[in-house]
Amino acid sequence: MSKPAEFYQRDRERHPPALTPGYKTSVARSPRYALISLQNSVSEVTGPVFGHADIDPIDNDLLSNYAQPDQSPIGERIIIHGRVLDENARPVPNTLVEIWQANAGGRYRHKKDTYLAPIDPNFGGCGRTMTDENGYYYFRTVKPGAYPWRNLVNNWRPAHIHLSIFGSGFAQRLITQLYFEGDPLIHKCPIVNTIPDPDAIAQLIARLDLNATIPLDTIAYKFDIVLRGRRSTLFENRLEGN
Amino acid sequence: MSQDLNYLKETPSQTAGPYVHIGLAPGAAGFDIYRQELGWDICGPNAKGERIRIEGVVIDGTGSPIKDVLLEAWQANAAGIYSHPEGGGDVEEGFRGWGRVITDFETGEWGFDTVKPGATRGRNVGMQAPHINLWIVARGINVGLNTRIYFDDEMDANAADPVLNLIEWERRRATLIAKRTDRDGQIVYRFDVRMQSEDETVFFDI
Repeated sequence: MSKPAEFYQRDRERHPPALTPGYKTSVARSPRYALISLQNSVSEVTGPVFGHADIDPIDNDLLSNYAQPDQSPIGERIIIHGRVLDENARPVPNTLVEIWQANAGGRYRHKKDTYLAPIDPNFGGCGRTMTDENGYYYFRTVKPGAYPWRNLVNNWRPAHIHLSIFGSGFAQRLITQLYFEGDPLIHKCPIVNTIPDPDAIAQLIARLDLNATIPLDTIAYKFDIVLRGRRSTLFENRLEGN
Repeated sequence: MSQDLNYLKETPSQTAGPYVHIGLAPGAAGFDIYRQELGWDICGPNAKGERIRIEGVVIDGTGSPIKDVLLEAWQANAAGIYSHPEGGGDVEEGFRGWGRVITDFETGEWGFDTVKPGATRGRNVGMQAPHINLWIVARGINVGLNTRIYFDDEMDANAADPVLNLIEWERRRATLIAKRTDRDGQIVYRFDVRMQSEDETVFFDI
């Protein structure tokens, strides 16, 4: 039996460290010991497989998936679209992408959110879809609003959408956030600034994509997602130890 | 100057935040939107093997339970096969081996029902002791944390496990071993995760 190929080592310089005091909640929720580095086994190169039976076509349309018949949520109508690729620039097909966000006023439909902006009766705030054979995905939603949060007294989250992506192996599992080009709050945000590399931050900022808009209807932003790539075995890999 | 390697860079991680439930467990956020939420049934009705429950809390650096954690489990079936094209074979109908669980908002307790996984093949030689891979996200966790749940009634397999043996400090290996109890005939393993302290759980860079 051939051994599954491993994923490229995660570039930890590109990710935020666990302990980022500017984002206060991380202080008590970050490990103090170093992570133990593990070469991939079958436990890491495999991961859950999802199919179209798991979700419904409407799930990627946040304009309608919680709206009353013939109604729509308040806010700027947007399309978020792009591809899920790996570090080898190969598409990641048939993988589950899930998103969640605040409504246009910056309020989440969550029993723990007490911000004074109102709930939108026509907006749930979550969606999910599978990438197609080319790794392509899209959602339709409203642009989320900025909102205040308790870190320093006067911190505001830039408009953002949370994304959860699986890939083909559990080692690729990723949660991140999408920001919008031109938002002055991005570079003031302590959560954004947990990422030390400005180039890595730029990778989280979706670009306005006029070519993908629907004229007189919906504006579009493009957001590609890159998951870890896998080695190709050019030569028999002599593995040491276990 | 030299040629460019032209690899793409992995998208950086950001915290799942306090409202992760909206996206991944909307029922817990307080609303019903999907035909079915994913991950509530790890092993399906046809899975062979011993039915078990695993429970725990995730404890922060102040010693307090974290009440807004989301955990995902990834495991083989009782025969040590993962439900994946490279998982080593076929699994029972309906067995996915993946689950998603959130903590109780008041107590921080979490728990899930599954079957005890079998030993899986090691990276090169030998076998890995039965284990469940765990991925933990929450507000304040910038990059999801990977760890493993092993079982205290698998002492021989644990002693030979290549991953446990990779941990230089023997006393730290104990942080990965769930403790078995019998609760009115139900097998329940306890697995508490500690983010900090001298008993800090071992987390892996996989």
